[in-house]
Amino acid sequence: MSEISEEQVAHLANLARIALTPEEISSLTTELDQIVDSIAKVQEVATPDVPATSHPVPLSNVFRPDVVGNTLTIEQTLQNAPEHADNRFKVSAILGEEQ
Amino acid sequence: MNDIIRMTAADLATHLQSGEISAVDATQAHLDRIEAVDTDVHAFLAVSSDALDTARRIDERRAAGEKLGPLAGVPLAVKDVLVTTDMPSTSGSKILEGYMSPFDATVVRLSREAGLIPIGKTNMDEFAMGSSTEHSAYGPTRNPWDLDRIPGGSGGGSAAAVAAFEAPLALGSDTGGSIRQPAHVTGTVGVKPTYGAVSRYGAIALASSLDQVGPVTRTVLDAGLLHDVIAHHDPHDSTSLKDVWPSMADAARSGARGEGLAGLKVGVVRELTGNGFQAGVQSRFDETVALLTQQGAEVIEVSAPHFEYAVAAYYLILPAEASSNLAKFDSVRFGMRVQPEGGGTVEQVMAATREAGFGPEVKRRIILGTYALSAGYYDAYYGSAQKVRTLIQRDFNTAFEKVDVLVTPSAPTTAFKFGEKLEDPMAMYLNDITTIPANLAGIPGISVPIGLAPEDGLPVGIQVMAPQREDARLYRVGAAIEALLEQQWGHTLISQAPALGGK
Repeated sequence: MSEISEEQVAHLANLARIALTPEEISSLTTELDQIVDSIAKVQEVATPDVPATSHPVPLSNVFRPDVVGNTLTIEQTLQNAPEHADNRFKVSAILGEEQ
Repeated sequence: MNDIIRMTAADLATHLQSGEISAVDATQAHLDRIEAVDTDVHAFLAVSSDALDTARRIDERRAAGEKLGPLAGVPLAVKDVLVTTDMPSTSGSKILEGYMSPFDATVVRLSREAGLIPIGKTNMDEFAMGSSTEHSAYGPTRNPWDLDRIPGGSGGGSAAAVAAFEAPLALGSDTGGSIRQPAHVTGTVGVKPTYGAVSRYGAIALASSLDQVGPVTRTVLDAGLLHDVIAHHDPHDSTSLKDVWPSMADAARSGARGEGLAGLKVGVVRELTGNGFQAGVQSRFDETVALLTQQGAEVIEVSAPHFEYAVAAYYLILPAEASSNLAKFDSVRFGMRVQPEGGGTVEQVMAATREAGFGPEVKRRIILGTYALSAGYYDAYYGSAQKVRTLIQRDFNTAFEKVDVLVTPSAPTTAFKFGEKLEDPMAMYLNDITTIPANLAGIPGISVPIGLAPEDGLPVGIQVMAPQREDARLYRVGAAIEALLEQQWGHTLISQAPALGGK
């Protein structure tokens, strides 16, 4: 059994930067517990002698010449930003009061 | 001409080349069809306001004697996961509502260069997470065969658009079956190419080691024609292959002539047949396999003992990659921004935005992926899943030593009803049991319609899989199956779909 707790889901939500509601945390705890129970079976066959595959078609050394490519203009880069000023993305305070 | 919308892309292209039909007429006919039936079907999230102008320019170029590509003037529906400069690209999510990309996805650029006319963006499960389009933030697409049923997912919009004759061709993306399973439930054709054969640049990433863009059409030849347009090396995608591909359209034509079945070794995967498959899906599949035998193919049962672990491995690898890919939706550079009450730090703004902008399935998978990648769990879950991936590739390699292609039903059931699996994520995930192994191994797969299940009258598809880089083999075999069945029936399967909106 995976035994996922609400505290653990709240912690994961914090890591993933999603402000889940208490109701969401509660329902996700139940769902994740069921899902993790079903998918934990990968451990049955993943023995130490089996190498891991991260990519289906292995390629190596994919290089390109070190020259400027067709990049976006500043205007294009900022066109979808929720807020921008002086050719930069604008965000609210980085640090909170207690920090 | 009423018949324009019912033509195959290949036939429409011939009429466009001869000048009997103009690109403007072809485009207008499909826009009219969307207007008439899409309130019911809801395949489209956006319809292009430029399409007629684009068509007019194609007609002018043709009139001026310019040599155009074989599909020039044919309308194209584009899955909303692919970014476009002339229409919003949302990937089915509220967090990207109204997003206008400053560039075109490479497949969209190649399509435009080939003279195809993008007419709209198709609906999908949010960020391609789902098998029913019920997870679209903009409401589900309905299956043209039965409006109370799902059109498959995540690319239900693209499949429904071609099934409802709203477009002859569509682009889809397939991470675990999102092209092939919708094809199965809508009586259409869908191809997931070899990983890397088609550029992923400008495809809003779900799981980068699994995602692949491919064609969604009504016939195998049409899929081949579109595949030939989009399968090119792209320096913008470092996983893009440099292979020079044979013409998939030519492979489809040779298959339709009946070439290639005699002596073909066809493997039936023991683990993906029988138990757990709907009776009518299984019987249509068995009949098709028998038909291949009659045509001189040698049918061999093969075992893939690790396929039973594929869904589990997939639901670790996909959420892990997705949780990382979706970190870019941070309320800073693009997309929605939500201010928490009383303001907050950039992190609090980010968390409030992602809470409001993501739907339940996206949150579920991000949290699951974050868990699978956490310290202390990484080896047990993500590490083990990557090992299963190796075992599944080995199963395929062993099978392909004995056979040329593998066949399975494209999905375990026909189209299910809305809501049926929405509250049970694992039941929804298991609907992709047949399609997931190909993504884990990077091999190509096609779904071709093979009839209607007797118990519910809904479409069934056969999936054909080939080794990496042998995409042409799928087209040869797929077109052969299609031609044999249509000869037997005396009509296409899609012609049996019920009329929509009284038309």
